[in-house]
Amino acid sequence: MNAAPIKVPMILDRRRVLAGGGALIVSFSLTNGYAEDQGAPAVAAAPKPPGSLKDAPFLDSWIRIDADGKMTAFTGKAELGQGFKTAFQQIAAEEMDVPFASLTVITADTGHTANEGYTSGSHSMQDSGTAIQNAAAQVRALLVAEAARRFEVPEESLRTENGAVISFDGRRLGYGELVAGGMLHLQAQSKSKLKDPATFKVMGQPVARVDIPAKVTGGAAYVQDMRLPGMVHARIVRPPSYGAQLTACDMSATEKMPGIVNVLRDGNFLAVVAKQEFQAVKAMRVLSAAAKWQETASLPKQDDLLHVLTNLPSQDSTIFQQSNPAAVGAKTIEATYTRPYQSHGSIGPSCAVAQSVDGAMTVWTHTQGVYPDRQGIAEMLRVPLQSVRLIHVEGSGCYGHNGADDAAADAAVIARALPGVPVRVQWMREQEHGWEPYGPAMVTRLKASLDADGAIADWNFEVWSNTHSMRPGGAGSMLAAQHMAQPFAEPAPKPLPLPEGGGDRNAIPIYTFPNAHVVHHFIPAMPLRISAMRALGAYHNVFSIESFMDELAGLAGADPVEFRLKHLEDPRGRDVITKAAQGFGWLKGQKAPQGRGYGFAFARYKNLAAYCAIATEVEVNAETGHPRLVRAVAAVDSGQVVNPDGLTNQIEGAIVQSMSWTLYESVTFDDTRITSIDWQTYPILRFNSVPDRIDVHIINRPGLPFLGSGETGQGPAAASIANAITNATGKRLRNLPLTRKRIKDAIDA
Amino acid sequence: MMTLKVNGHDHQIESDPDTPLLYVLRDEIKLNAAKFGCGLGQCGACTVIVDGKAVLSCVTPVLLLEGKQVTTLEGLGTIDAPAPIQRAFMEEQAAQCGYCIAGMMMRAQALLQRNSKPTDEQIRVELEPNLCRCGTHMRILRAVHRAARLMDTADASSPMQGSAQ
Repeated sequence: MNAAPIKVPMILDRRRVLAGGGALIVSFSLTNGYAEDQGAPAVAAAPKPPGSLKDAPFLDSWIRIDADGKMTAFTGKAELGQGFKTAFQQIAAEEMDVPFASLTVITADTGHTANEGYTSGSHSMQDSGTAIQNAAAQVRALLVAEAARRFEVPEESLRTENGAVISFDGRRLGYGELVAGGMLHLQAQSKSKLKDPATFKVMGQPVARVDIPAKVTGGAAYVQDMRLPGMVHARIVRPPSYGAQLTACDMSATEKMPGIVNVLRDGNFLAVVAKQEFQAVKAMRVLSAAAKWQETASLPKQDDLLHVLTNLPSQDSTIFQQSNPAAVGAKTIEATYTRPYQSHGSIGPSCAVAQSVDGAMTVWTHTQGVYPDRQGIAEMLRVPLQSVRLIHVEGSGCYGHNGADDAAADAAVIARALPGVPVRVQWMREQEHGWEPYGPAMVTRLKASLDADGAIADWNFEVWSNTHSMRPGGAGSMLAAQHMAQPFAEPAPKPLPLPEGGGDRNAIPIYTFPNAHVVHHFIPAMPLRISAMRALGAYHNVFSIESFMDELAGLAGADPVEFRLKHLEDPRGRDVITKAAQGFGWLKGQKAPQGRGYGFAFARYKNLAAYCAIATEVEVNAETGHPRLVRAVAAVDSGQVVNPDGLTNQIEGAIVQSMSWTLYESVTFDDTRITSIDWQTYPILRFNSVPDRIDVHIINRPGLPFLGSGETGQGPAAASIANAITNATGKRLRNLPLTRKRIKDAIDA
Repeated sequence: MMTLKVNGHDHQIESDPDTPLLYVLRDEIKLNAAKFGCGLGQCGACTVIVDGKAVLSCVTPVLLLEGKQVTTLEGLGTIDAPAPIQRAFMEEQAAQCGYCIAGMMMRAQALLQRNSKPTDEQIRVELEPNLCRCGTHMRILRAVHRAARLMDTADASSPMQGSAQ
């Protein structure tokens, strides 16, 4: 766990750091002890170094070499199960020219690592991977220059190998011997001399993940597994619904229960703390029964989200416009697609550990953003930023903004009341399901015309959506702060700016159409608590675009793959489409066996990250409507590949998870309460629905920039499955999820 | 106070008898592998083996386990000397976040102990109580098949390896 080695909050100072035994970690921490404050001195318009180096330019923010040769790479990103901790280690080892195992990677920690904001949006490889790659290359160059000085030979005559610089006549200086003083406390150059990809030894290899051995042998691998000396266990009693007010709560019975350390009430925030974990669970139940709430019926109609969303006030903007009057449509079709609210559904409910020591608060959390959360928690506790430290420790996979940040805030509020005592807060299943911020419901309306040659002449796309991020920054984003007697107001939602976008992520078509018009209807009012969920609006927008492309291909009498290629200029996009079609054995006009259908879909995530095309075969039971994904073949281009098995794992997972979203999942609610609160009421896929096989073909692009790939599969998988269902049944389903009942109703219609 | 046998060792248990086994394993015996996922017996993250059978520890009161043999993932092998199923999951890289994996492995282990050569269909049916959210299912299936082969080899070469205790 990366919680070690520091167990209690400590403010680093120069003396303490330098007393560490000759280690070269004179990092940014020197100014006042916090990594965030390493502002780059003003430099007049020099070209900025790539990736996150542009915001955290000191090399020793990323690479540290101890006098004994021990090497560490630092990232401000959080390992969420994507495996990039291993990928970063590969990158650093490659560019440093050291064995993979000789490095360790330290992940997000406000006391140790650069501020890289959130681990989201498939940015980790692009931002942090690029920074580590360039920093490592520049550190290696500095070490070579230092060796040249000491050997009194030209740099060109030196080579690096196994963590040492070696001269032509066989003299050798280890990296640890070469580092001295503040040698790496230098600002990165804007350009690095990167290795020739043809010489890579570690990058591009399917190196085994560093975190898996502990996870399969019962090692301490998650924040849930932390056990600090004297740690106590807390449980929260949440309101039964949004906006519920606590009118009465007799805490006396709870206070008398065995093992109770504390019972807290602050406005609508209720918590119990006990010595043993199950004592806390029992106390939570008793306290919950004692709490009397006044609830308000404020939720919209779950089965009419189309009208709910399109009737809410919206801020409308045209985000793309293209005109060519020469292109004239002959045949026009239109369609409306909807997506419900959907849950992240982490298998492990959120958890955090916090400890307040001498006024300094440390929180161990599986948040995606230690720095933004630190800001929120400091504001909530009304303490200086510098007195709060957040350390990322892995949790269960989150796939976006789940309850992690709220649990971190819960832990901090409770730990404040128990100075010196480490407090572990564990959410219950129904709390995660009922209170996590969902992936927002969305509506898209499409209209397009084909010209006389069967090509798309004009394209109109409208999307209605909330924002796709209500992540912390301020305290008001956290439940504990909202529920206090002196609550913090939830910040006003904002649309996420293009080119990445939120509700309009991937709303602009990647295809070339002579006339195109894309409108984003941003809806500020949020009937349900929502925030970022894997791929944000791209999931539904790609589902809509790629379903509609098939509808248009059908209208044109064209093969879906051929039809896409006809409208796509981007050569890398064309390559993944061709590769996926080949891998699948896609043949123009080919009919699937009886009861089965073939589907195809493609997108470039955000129109600027990884390319992904997915072909699927789906079986539909004509009697029951039951759909089953039989097989999927994907092709992906994420630029230079660092770990092909890690990339394959991400794409396999994206297909399976998106299949579950697409076929089964919607948050349910009545007029007051969320009613999908566990795995019975919010079913997801089980092993009986797992496909026979998934094949992932990687198109490696040696030397090209890393392209984020963690979310690229979500949209294409959904549309490919939808298209296969249409191919199998002759019916088009446009409302997610594509449930057995909806398919059956469509077949019977 | 009752005695609970976990991974071959006797533990004197102080928790109340109605405490679910999961909390005793994690909170009192300080084992990590069995995970809290739902507390409702719906997800399988807490799966352990009791007398050879896969059991949902989050809904099993500890009082029912007197005199029984409880095995957790820690009892199968270690990071330095992994059991066949642990090796198999490492070799197949069968995890993303890995939170569900200990439960998956214990249910698969219970299957393999009574059926050393399960079909793909039998593995799928067996694992149905266990949820994975990362979508690592294809790898989990491959890992269970691999574990079956490894246990087969291990049994042939050394009868002691690959057993649950």
